[in-house]
Amino acid sequence: MAQIVIKNIRKEFGSFTAVQSSSFTIEDGEFFMLLGPSGCGKTTTLRMIAGLELPTSGEIFINGQEVSQKPASQRDIAFVFQMFALYPHMNVRKNISYPLVSQGMPKAQVKAKVEEVAQILGITSLLDRPVGGLSGGDRQRVALGRAIVRNPACFLMDEPLGALDAEFREHMAEELRALHDRMGATTVYVTHDQLEAMQMGDKIVVMNHGVVEQFGRPQDIYDWPATTFVANFIGSPPMNFLRFDGSVAAGATAVALSGHSLAIPQTVEAASGALILGVRPENVHLDDTAALRGRILAAEYLGTTQIVTLDTAHGQVKARIGSDTVVRIGDQTGLRLDPRAITLFAPQGRALLSVANQRVLAHG
Amino acid sequence: MSFSITDPSRRQKWIAGILVVTYAIVTLLPLVWIIATGFKTPPDSIAYPPKVFFSPSLEGYVNLFTSRSRVTPEDLAALGPPATWYDAIVRQYDMVITGPSRYGERFLNSVIIGFGSTFLSVFLGTIAAYAFSRFKVPLKDDLLFFILSTRMMPPIAVAIPIFLMYRQLGLNDTHLGMILLYTAVNLSLSVWLLKGFIDEIPIEYEEAALIDGYTRFQAFYKVVLPQAATGIASTAIFCLIFAWNEYAFAVLLTSGDAQTAPPFIPTIIGTGGKDWPAVAAGATLFLVPIMVFTILLRKHLLRGITFGAVRK
Ligand SMILES: Nc1ncnc2c1ncn2[C@@H]1O[C@H](COP(=O)(O)OP(=O)(O)OP(=O)(O)O)[C@@H](O)[C@H]1O
Ligand SMILES: [Mg+2]
Repeated sequence: MAQIVIKNIRKEFGSFTAVQSSSFTIEDGEFFMLLGPSGCGKTTTLRMIAGLELPTSGEIFINGQEVSQKPASQRDIAFVFQMFALYPHMNVRKNISYPLVSQGMPKAQVKAKVEEVAQILGITSLLDRPVGGLSGGDRQRVALGRAIVRNPACFLMDEPLGALDAEFREHMAEELRALHDRMGATTVYVTHDQLEAMQMGDKIVVMNHGVVEQFGRPQDIYDWPATTFVANFIGSPPMNFLRFDGSVAAGATAVALSGHSLAIPQTVEAASGALILGVRPENVHLDDTAALRGRILAAEYLGTTQIVTLDTAHGQVKARIGSDTVVRIGDQTGLRLDPRAITLFAPQGRALLSVANQRVLAHG
Repeated sequence: MSFSITDPSRRQKWIAGILVVTYAIVTLLPLVWIIATGFKTPPDSIAYPPKVFFSPSLEGYVNLFTSRSRVTPEDLAALGPPATWYDAIVRQYDMVITGPSRYGERFLNSVIIGFGSTFLSVFLGTIAAYAFSRFKVPLKDDLLFFILSTRMMPPIAVAIPIFLMYRQLGLNDTHLGMILLYTAVNLSLSVWLLKGFIDEIPIEYEEAALIDGYTRFQAFYKVVLPQAATGIASTAIFCLIFAWNEYAFAVLLTSGDAQTAPPFIPTIIGTGGKDWPAVAAGATLFLVPIMVFTILLRKHLLRGITFGAVRK
């Protein structure tokens, strides 16, 4: 088992910087998600941890050992590729035993180990089949089998469910998570699906343009985003942004929005200029007595809740409210924002520290 | 009446069938003619109108493999009865066998040079193609274009410089010289063909092998090569066909020790009248190895040619 520490790693392809001095720590036994939009450098980061790509600078520690310039075979890791990368000229059994054979393990032992892994994954009946005819899910299991058979220090998975259809993804995601919980091996998992990351991960790193935007527990990242990018990328619908010109002093407990005072968590930092007030849709309540006014543009029914879109003087705002509330399109109403769940962002998009989010954000 | 886009109608099947059969006849007729001529007697072989039905004879094959000389009937009588069936054939024409012909040696030369250069082209081609496909090679595109450009003129256009060069190097009429020459000509084809095949093999396979604890070379050897087998087989066939059939360089650069069969076969005509059956027999036998080789690799060849088009 392993703890992985990434320190200031950076990767350049020619003049293009794919990853810019990223740092984060993956604790032993964690299910760790690397999340970000396409092209943000998730795969590159994972490949540097694996040793398939050498960082331009920076350090990678696996169990306290600096490995950033070591070949993949010396890092004691297993990698599950997005397209599974099963050797097509070998059957399932050979595929799974391949990593063991390379270590020179005796034949009888290999056989026993392969059967054991097949048992865990429920693919015993497939062992002598060629990999060509397997379904996506079975290929995925075989690929996992090849990874776990070695008992590696950690698993690295690059969008392992990306090739499966939506329904099956969810099922495999549960299976993967259950497998992890049983084996307890450190797992680094790459995905661009924020929902998958939220559901499966113990911790999440959110990347954008090769930069680590935030790193922490899913709940913390959701509640207290460090940047507008994270606030917007995570959650569906994403966090609402109310843009306004103004200033806040350190220790303020309210901001002025179009002349009305709006309560916020007490700030720690001061800022002024084109500020952004962020609030999640579930923390917006329709309340006729509230000072912030809006006109209802649309309502989207989602079963127990509905998403109501309102037009305000500071841009469109979405509210997630119970579907038992009757809303009429075109109506004017007030919006009450939960003062405990508000994040202020400085003009460049960085979250301002407040008493509410400093516990989460101070370490980054 | 039902109509289907994918299943051909009866009429389409008929038309396709007729086209295929016609094409087969056109391409196979010369082959049939050559094989038949090999089993004719010399008078039958030049009979007009051509004889379709004839009594087969092995004269052509006997003449192909032997050198003979004419003797007087008295001397022939003094020799006593012929010892073997081929002696008997030869003596009908007042001749005796004086020894084996050169055909066997020339044929062996063709085998050594053809397969030797094919092996070398494919071996070097695979290594080069792998490097071009997987590694950052400085000036990669320019190099690849340069390699291709060696095919842009007919190889024979450089025959004179090569002849002079080979004379200086003492490579004229040597096996090594011919193997190197055919390899040089084939290499561009093999690098390009094989690069295409290797590009199609996902790099993840090798990366998985690297992580599984194999070295780069082991990954190449155990993962890439088996998957490139189809491409290697079809490339080998193309290389062999060229080296086996090559005539112009062989005429120019070989005359003795390293002469291959193609320049040798026509010279059979001159030894002892217009001996068409012997020439045809030589050509027939010459076809056999390449046919066997192609048939053995047929499955790969078909897969190789359609590769990419039918990848799922
Ligand atoms: N070998 C390479 N050479 C040049 N550029 C590369 C190379 N590998 C990746 N890149 C570039 O680096 C950037 C990050 O790539 P990466 O594959 O890490 O993204 P990703 O976050 O995994 O995206 P996706 O979700 O699409 O897989 C991309 O812009 C990509 O084009
Ligand atoms: Mg990727």
